[in-house]
Amino acid sequence: MDVIKTVVEHYNHWIIIFLLVSGLYIVVARGNMVKKLVGLGLFQTSVYLLYITPGKILGGTPPIIAEQYSVYSNPLPHVLILTAIVVGVATLATGLALVVRINEAFGTIEEDEIFAGEEDE
Amino acid sequence: MRLDVIFRVAAKIFIPFILVFALYVQFHGDFGPGGGFQAGVMAGAMVIFYAIIFGLEAAQRIVPPRLVELMVPAGVAIFAGVGVVSLLFGGNYLDYSPILHDPVHAQHIGILLVEIGVLVTVSGTMVAIFYTFIGRGR
Amino acid sequence: MVLLTLLAAITIGVVRLRNLFAVVVLGGIYSFLMASVLIVLDAVDVAMTEASVGAGISTVLMLGALYLTKTEEAEPVHKTLLPLFVAVTTAAVLIYGTATLPPFGIAETPVHLNVAPYYLENSIPDTSVPNVVTSVLSSYRGYDTLGETTVIFTAGIAVLMLLKGRRQVKPGPKRRRISS
Repeated sequence: MDVIKTVVEHYNHWIIIFLLVSGLYIVVARGNMVKKLVGLGLFQTSVYLLYITPGKILGGTPPIIAEQYSVYSNPLPHVLILTAIVVGVATLATGLALVVRINEAFGTIEEDEIFAGEEDE
Repeated sequence: MRLDVIFRVAAKIFIPFILVFALYVQFHGDFGPGGGFQAGVMAGAMVIFYAIIFGLEAAQRIVPPRLVELMVPAGVAIFAGVGVVSLLFGGNYLDYSPILHDPVHAQHIGILLVEIGVLVTVSGTMVAIFYTFIGRGR
Repeated sequence: MVLLTLLAAITIGVVRLRNLFAVVVLGGIYSFLMASVLIVLDAVDVAMTEASVGAGISTVLMLGALYLTKTEEAEPVHKTLLPLFVAVTTAAVLIYGTATLPPFGIAETPVHLNVAPYYLENSIPDTSVPNVVTSVLSSYRGYDTLGETTVIFTAGIAVLMLLKGRRQVKPGPKRRRISS
């Protein structure tokens, strides 16, 4: 049936969009800074899936050349996403160092408390 | 008897295997999945594991912070240095073909050297960041 | 497909939970599931990197940060209507946009026809390395890998500059309990 065909072809994309939107919601709506960084990581991971999903060929094999196989999945997205994962962890480490310094300067890591503290001065 | 006997015994058995596996992943990155980044993270995780179980001072006696801070730029220097060596032999920057008499062999050697540089930087950075986070809280 | 549904379920848990330690542990589980999904999608190098970096180093760094900020719990809830509306609108626009993408897994899409066959055929004659991802990463596109190594180097230097040295304890503002 047509509905089942659409679901099978696009289920990956829908789950990726759900993960992306959840990460975005956490970054925008929650005030705790460590949780915002977790949401950012969620967002980045969904983008990795978005890049690697079109590279897969059904019936292919990982792109390591051997004599028995002739159909390989596309190696180019793997290269880009390897770099992206490592850059993501570098960003996370720097962000966490900044959160620690903010905590030492203001005494809290909740955005609402920091803004309220600044208004009082 | 302290409560962490199980952790200490298991860690002493595990840690050499983690190091061997990290080196295996590094040098077999040409023939299977692997490469510099995965191996660097595993080597860093080995030192972090040791520091969590046995304490920060014991880990810093074995892997001193000065050495780790030296490793961080050394890997980038190795990578960029391979590129400069290619320039000195007459090719483009990071073109490994002119280094040896046989271009295919030269490419293989170039890839190995570059991955070693990546291993040194990644493992040094992971351990340095961990030491800094934990050292701040005392 | 089952793995993707599990990923979505864990994400709902991460959004709803307020205890930060549980959120970090769920993040580690999420990274392991992501690594399994990547293996099913034939991306073995990426799966190894995601498992070691996402489930190993990320979790350790977050636990280290939680240890330093001493905040284990809670965020009070603000008005969430507007972010929810933005999220749902973004999702709707993206679903409309991905409806015309080619179906999953077919070999004749433009992604597979232009540059990838060149790398797959010429990796062994040029570099004698069977793992195409390694040869592309270190030889054909080695300059990008130099940039990536510089990014890791910069992050290490940044963390060392921010957090090294003695901790100066300034008297901060008193924490007010916001009743939830």
